[in-house]
Amino acid sequence: MVDSEHTGSRTTRILGIAVILGLIALILLGFFGAPEDDEQRDAVRMIFVHVPSAIFTYVAFTVTAIGSVMWLFRRSIWWDTVAAAAAEIGVLFCGLTLFTGSVWGRPTWNTYWDWGDVRLVTTLILFLMMIGYLSVRSLGGGERATATRAAIIGVLAMVLIPIVNRSVEWWESNTLHQKSSLTDGNLEDLTLFTLVVGFVVWGLFFTWSLIHRFRISWLERELRVRDLDQALVERRAEGREHEGQPV
Amino acid sequence: MWADIRLIAGKDLRIEWRSRITLSQVLPFALLVLVLFGFALDANRPVLDAATSGLFWIAVLFVGLMAVQRSTAIETTDGARRALLLAGVEPAAVFLGKALAVALQLLFVETALVGGVIVFYDASIESFPLLAATCVVATVGIAAAGTLLGALVAGVRARETVLPILLLPVLAPVLIGATRAFDDALGTVAVDGWAWLGLLAGFGAINIVLGALAYGVLLEET
Repeated sequence: MVDSEHTGSRTTRILGIAVILGLIALILLGFFGAPEDDEQRDAVRMIFVHVPSAIFTYVAFTVTAIGSVMWLFRRSIWWDTVAAAAAEIGVLFCGLTLFTGSVWGRPTWNTYWDWGDVRLVTTLILFLMMIGYLSVRSLGGGERATATRAAIIGVLAMVLIPIVNRSVEWWESNTLHQKSSLTDGNLEDLTLFTLVVGFVVWGLFFTWSLIHRFRISWLERELRVRDLDQALVERRAEGREHEGQPV
Repeated sequence: MWADIRLIAGKDLRIEWRSRITLSQVLPFALLVLVLFGFALDANRPVLDAATSGLFWIAVLFVGLMAVQRSTAIETTDGARRALLLAGVEPAAVFLGKALAVALQLLFVETALVGGVIVFYDASIESFPLLAATCVVATVGIAAAGTLLGALVAGVRARETVLPILLLPVLAPVLIGATRAFDDALGTVAVDGWAWLGLLAGFGAINIVLGALAYGVLLEET
């Protein structure tokens, strides 16, 4: 694996092409196919990005949490690498969720940010925690130490999120956040279809980027190990060269 | 176990007492923060009244950061962590002892801060039991989460800057809960402060359990 020049493979190429085609379909459907909403007008089109991003934020962070637990119990570098890759993509999606949410909130709620909204504030705290997770990963130090530090934060974030959610819920017991659009049955057929396309595209993109990110980390690791082995061999060879020579 | 906890807490508190850092630096800093908030809010009485609980707990979080930094620094200098590991003390006892020491220092500073908000912000205490209980329960949570994350960053070079970004988001529920409970205790907002204590207690319990479980791994591997 270490000798390949890129992280692509047949599977990822097919996935990548599917993502591009899906994105084109989503853009066409989102802007021209789906009708505008009676109340939210064109702003409703934001849900095609916002809702899939939010769902896959939670998928990504769940993967990170599982990977963290697997590192702590099994000491599996494979799972640690998966956790790290998922966390990076999760932070990207989480930022996208918060950004699209604010942009959507301005015309709909007449405010970019609402402190009373439980999901909004909880998601922000989660975002900040996971930025902490990534910064701990980038601190350097030994591979095992970094993995253990990161895994504990991953588990801590997973355990504390319900508490954050509960505290915000009690703090301002009102919410602007609409109940799930999917289950209230008010969505037009084409809007619902576009949203489903959004989910599929985001799912494909998540898988594609997770595989690539994982492979990059894995190759980097193999390179580190190989460099170390190489250096050891060279030093030993030097040692042999100087054998018998006066010091 | 209990003897070990007392031993570790006693060691940390003795080091603090001898260096007088809490007394001569942390405490003045906490009061300074209160005064600066006064300037920032233009000494506007109604605004200060409404914000007293929040400002109090923000000051406590800052002090908590300093206390955790100090507590971590004690173990990182001169390879004290290794020595602690070799001493054969249960890692959970080390964690609980260090958290206890941090909590006691924080409670000491909080006592002074309560005096501070009474003097500077003209706060009046409506329910002393609620105020005291909030301080104790919230402080246990802060100390436990702080000690765990402090140990987590102990081995890295940038620990002074990375600790706040890790600890402060984690402490968000404490800030919310303790502020609401204080609102009730000071009579500024009509909320049920005792209900918030449950949330603070839950936070504290989770962090104590996680910390006691994870501390050994952290001591050995980082």
